[in-house]
Amino acid sequence: MGSVSAVTSMSDNSAPDLERSQLVLEGSQQGFATTRFEDLLNWARKYSLFQYPFVTACCAMEFMALAGPRFDMARFGAEAPRFSPRQSDLLWVVGTISQRQAPVLKTVYDQMADPKYVIAFGTCASSGGFYDNYTTLPGIDKIIPVDVFVPGCPPRPETVIDGLLLLQDKITRGDRSVGIVKPRVDPVQLRNPVQLRRKA
Amino acid sequence: MSKQVLDRIAQVFGAAILETHSAFGDDTAVVEPSHWLEIARFLRDDPASSMDHFIDLTAVDYPQRSGTRFDVVLHLRSSERLHRVRLKARIGARCANPAADANPAADVAEAALPKIDSLTSVWVGANWFERECFDMFGIAFIGHPDLRRILMYEQFVGYPLRKDYPAAKTQPLLEYRQADNEKLPPFDEHEGMSFGRKTHADRQPGRNLLGFEED
Ligand code: SF4
Repeated sequence: MGSVSAVTSMSDNSAPDLERSQLVLEGSQQGFATTRFEDLLNWARKYSLFQYPFVTACCAMEFMALAGPRFDMARFGAEAPRFSPRQSDLLWVVGTISQRQAPVLKTVYDQMADPKYVIAFGTCASSGGFYDNYTTLPGIDKIIPVDVFVPGCPPRPETVIDGLLLLQDKITRGDRSVGIVKPRVDPVQLRNPVQLRRKA
Repeated sequence: MSKQVLDRIAQVFGAAILETHSAFGDDTAVVEPSHWLEIARFLRDDPASSMDHFIDLTAVDYPQRSGTRFDVVLHLRSSERLHRVRLKARIGARCANPAADANPAADVAEAALPKIDSLTSVWVGANWFERECFDMFGIAFIGHPDLRRILMYEQFVGYPLRKDYPAAKTQPLLEYRQADNEKLPPFDEHEGMSFGRKTHADRQPGRNLLGFEED
């Protein structure tokens, strides 16, 4: 209960006041925290990602699962969709992008205000996937910069949450390089692929 | 049952029906392209066939076939008599001059497109199917009200479902940027491995899930 003693010196000793102050000062013994302005800003950014869902194909089903109560993206401060690119920070590209759609995606990206982040959700958005032909854009990074690639066809919601956390991690560090979500289990290490299923 | 339909058009159109066959309940007639519209209209209007349901229209490319290159394939059904029939027309005669055949640019030119009558005057629903067929195979439908590409963009050159369209050829609308994907796996051991990946199995005694000491 170290924090309590610090608080008592700052306020009068009435009990309700004490409890309230204690909540506010949680995590600090001094009553204030020092940080750099950039860090504070990044901390604020990473927990208020307003998303623009650019959802075009089957990955959308998994995206809906992610937004639903079971996986609940709201836990990470990234749940509020904005259907105007002007109001959003995070562009989710979910699904196959055809060559014909590419200019539209580029326009949406250009309309977003800085700072803006992009997550490529699924194999199609990341690389074109198996649509290796005349019709499909081979990865959205061919036209816009991408912060995080989430592999999978479609990716499991856990993978996407990992991708979101990776993005938040990168925002904290101010790192704008390309990130890719790693598999939770390295398939190369597995003798028996059945082990990929949930651990007991 | 639809075998009767084949017999009937064979009887009415005679030599315009090049061949017919029936297998496993599927009845097919290969018809003379010049009679395409006429036969379609007859199939719709004749009370014995009464094909009021236009199911599908597409094409098939046979680049190796001598004589004609494309089959235009039409599927019809009668919702009243519950029978179906398939019509095919072989079009796209090879040029007498083999040098022109070997030149893909000549194949793509508008004037060189294989032609057949449009069925939009018989079934309105044929409109988009014929546009798709034009878009993918470059078949010109004579009398179509609005023969434009429907799936690909206007700037696209060539007909992607023709067998001589290179499988890997793309025609991007936007210039690709030079992506610097230097940072490919494997990454740093802990990068992106957020606390969310930890389970209670990873928990160490006396520490909470974040790895901090517990009070
Ligand atoms: S990655 Fe798979 S699930 Fe996602 S859009 Fe492509 S084909 Fe559909």
